[in-house]
Amino acid sequence: MRSHLPDFDLVVAPDLPSALTLLSNGESWRPMAGGTDIMVLFNAGRLPYRRLVSIAKLPELNAVSVSPDSVAIGAGVSYSAIQQNPILQAEFPLVCLAASWTGSPANQNRGTLGGNIVNASPAADSLPALLVYDAELELVSLQGSRRIPYSQFHTGYKAMQIRSDELLATIHLPRPRGTLKQYARKVGTRRAQAISKVCFNAAAQMDSSIIKSIRIALGSVAPTPLRCHQLETVLTGQPVTAALIAHAREVIAKEIQPIDDIRSTSHYRSLVTQNLLSEFLSQLL
Amino acid sequence: MAETKVTFSVNGKPQSVTVPPMKRLLDVIREDLHLTGTKEGCGEGECGACSVLLDGQLVNSCLLPAKQADGSSIQTIEGTAFEQIQRAFAEAGAAQCGICTPGMILASHALLQRIPHPTRDQIRAGLAGNICRCTGYQKILDAVELVSQRSK
Repeated sequence: MRSHLPDFDLVVAPDLPSALTLLSNGESWRPMAGGTDIMVLFNAGRLPYRRLVSIAKLPELNAVSVSPDSVAIGAGVSYSAIQQNPILQAEFPLVCLAASWTGSPANQNRGTLGGNIVNASPAADSLPALLVYDAELELVSLQGSRRIPYSQFHTGYKAMQIRSDELLATIHLPRPRGTLKQYARKVGTRRAQAISKVCFNAAAQMDSSIIKSIRIALGSVAPTPLRCHQLETVLTGQPVTAALIAHAREVIAKEIQPIDDIRSTSHYRSLVTQNLLSEFLSQLL
Repeated sequence: MAETKVTFSVNGKPQSVTVPPMKRLLDVIREDLHLTGTKEGCGEGECGACSVLLDGQLVNSCLLPAKQADGSSIQTIEGTAFEQIQRAFAEAGAAQCGICTPGMILASHALLQRIPHPTRDQIRAGLAGNICRCTGYQKILDAVELVSQRSK
């Protein structure tokens, strides 16, 4: 453990207003939920801030509530709770799959969906699923609350639309109408608790062999999780054929921006992305 | 920063310590409570050597400030709930150097509480966050199967 303990402070917020008051008092308090990312930096002596307010047990952030049109997931709901939630299993299986891919069982017991969003890793496994499901984020502060489409939240590498006095409180998922064909696959170095080389998520509505509507989103192939709008436009209204799949591979290869890094190469990521796209489109038939 | 008082139960015994607010549960358990069965491996939540149960849930104690466990019930390898699993590990030859063993046993316990008779794949998934560099895992999986068979 490489941090100097006396330099750091941690307060456990008893309720949401107390947490928001600390975040807005100008003393540079930062929120921490399960700590599965923050504590790694702390242990390595690389945590860039000194004052943490624990929001791990706030009941306001820990519920999944269901209304006729949407499901609201509290930002503090753990990955374990997400996997066990029957509504999420039935209607948003890609979120449950992503939760099962993120870290180990112990990490899933502490790690939260909200934490995965504000940690803002381009390799975060839950974020492509949020793009596919058109998620909306609710941010709260002492000034009130505001909602923003998740697709507009991450604006660049580790850059996001949140003020330092705000907390991510809720992730809203509109409930799907009609039957979706859903697909997600993660490619990493090992099967358990690997960080993704490519994470591919998609959902389509079919009218026999015609793609009526389609959403495709990827992790680890751009500075932020990427929704593939150009590819979606190319595919919508088309019958799934071998020629369409071949064309789609060329389109997605141009739309993603993978890099060479410690976990993989740009070339490998591009090839795997194209292969996952072929697999998904073939399964639509 | 001022030290803070943290109160919780460890293996059923009430404990109270006064520590720096960000002191890790792992270090409180080992240094303040002198329960050295819980190990530090990687210190970044990858290896599971520091596994404990926090209110019955498996967690990595290296990623948890003790303050966040205030008011909780904690079980470590020194607790009494793990004897059957410990015996099975010994019989199956599932321990070699022993550093991963406490974490493996706690993860096995958490798995068996959830799924009393897991398949081999479910055991692998349950122990996915615990890394062993000696035995090659097969004997560890055998040990968990042994516990499952005996509880039929």
